[in-house]
Amino acid sequence: MQLEQSPPVSADTPIGITLTINGQRRELQVTPWTTLLDLLRERLDLTGTKKGCDHGQCGACTVLVNGTRVNSCLTLAVMKDGAEITTVEGLASLGERKGSNALHPIQEAFIEHDAFQCGYCTPGQLCSAVGMMEEGHAHSREEIREAMSGNICRCGAYTNIVDAIEDVMHQGGAR
Amino acid sequence: MNRFEYVRAGTVAEAVGAFGAGARFIAGGTNLLDLMKYEVEKPGRLIDITHLPLKGIEEANGGLRLGALATNANVAYDSRVAERYPLLRNAILAGASAQLRNAATTGGNLLQRTRCYYFYDAGTPCNKREPGSGCPAIGGVNRIHAIFGTSDQCIATHPSDMCIALSALEATVQVSGPDGERSIPFAEFHRLPGNEPQKDTNLKPGEIIVAVDLPEQGFSRNYTYLKLRDRLSYAFALVSVAAALDLDGDTIKTARLALGGVAHKPWRNIQAEAELAGKPATRETFAKVADMIVAEAKPQSENGFKIELARRAIVRGLEQAAAGTPQSLSDKRIQ
Repeated sequence: MQLEQSPPVSADTPIGITLTINGQRRELQVTPWTTLLDLLRERLDLTGTKKGCDHGQCGACTVLVNGTRVNSCLTLAVMKDGAEITTVEGLASLGERKGSNALHPIQEAFIEHDAFQCGYCTPGQLCSAVGMMEEGHAHSREEIREAMSGNICRCGAYTNIVDAIEDVMHQGGAR
Repeated sequence: MNRFEYVRAGTVAEAVGAFGAGARFIAGGTNLLDLMKYEVEKPGRLIDITHLPLKGIEEANGGLRLGALATNANVAYDSRVAERYPLLRNAILAGASAQLRNAATTGGNLLQRTRCYYFYDAGTPCNKREPGSGCPAIGGVNRIHAIFGTSDQCIATHPSDMCIALSALEATVQVSGPDGERSIPFAEFHRLPGNEPQKDTNLKPGEIIVAVDLPEQGFSRNYTYLKLRDRLSYAFALVSVAAALDLDGDTIKTARLALGGVAHKPWRNIQAEAELAGKPATRETFAKVADMIVAEAKPQSENGFKIELARRAIVRGLEQAAAGTPQSLSDKRIQ
């Protein structure tokens, strides 16, 4: 990654960045005020990632940046130059790399446990759950609930979401 | 969000040099970008400091030096922090969500703005946002507002959990700016609103936080971070208590007590802490000190409940610390 200071970029000049999104390297020109969420949805047609509150309160926009879960609505794309981004569209291939089937185990578990109703929060819940399992700090049911509290589900599917995550954790299927 | 210039700094000197009127430093961005979306902040230039070499957590002077860019998650899950400063770990993990803690930084946490509804609503007056425009929170919707150290211009609270622990631990903030480097004791970093509520901290323009130093004494045996809020996770404190005791048997040698959610800065009462020294660690001792602290509280129209809540939280927090049974992060029942 280039670390030398960039000269001030006037407000209307797009900046060149490189992102690897779901394994695909992309050279992009972005204005500095473009959030990662808007870049994914509006420019790259990766509309799986959802815009809920757009203020970091609901978790619907959760993606993995270099393997770490973050709110893409509170992330400027230009600040992630060089990063690897995984969205819900890329979770299945994370599973495939581990020799799993077409879906990531957490996706299979969400279906198995009926862990959603309307589905709007689901991409964020899935990415957050994968990030949480990678972090490895949550083990008990109570700890999972606490670690997933950044993802709001207005349908109230929480019980089944925790069931699905527990199932995958007990399978050792976290990626 | 407004349009702005973007500068990526590679060194602290470059970052400081790029500062000017209307500029803001950005690291995690979890608060600044939120404020920009509400047009509370409209910077003409953002200086990206995420490439500065300030991410480390290192041994320093018998304590730990937390780099300003160490994320909340990296600090909370650092094994040295967990062993030697579990009060700090617990306070960090009581705040925000995992996603936010993965992005938010140590320096940025200190610079969080208040969550006062009126400050966030650019359509209303606010002395913090627009000095001299008035404070609709006084006499308005103020259930979440301050009960200590308010002024007739501002009753906002400081929102951080981490800072309440840093206050109790007597951390030191290391800054670098146009006039060089300096150290700011934590108690002098944040301000009360007074006549200049627009100033949250004593940082000078262009100064950047480079590290937060934790002193050797971490109170790792007798501590708690007790956070009381409207829902059990992912909510700001109505009242929180960071309590830390150094005990000799049942006698208190040193006590530290900082309150969150009740003032424009982490609230400490040094006289009350001194009152605890040499006393037996009993409920009677704690109740007396709690009464002494809340005697200074001043309610607003909707937040009088916080006074009794704070009184009880102080007693319970000191009991938890004395017993060596810190508040659980996942089991939210208060023992």
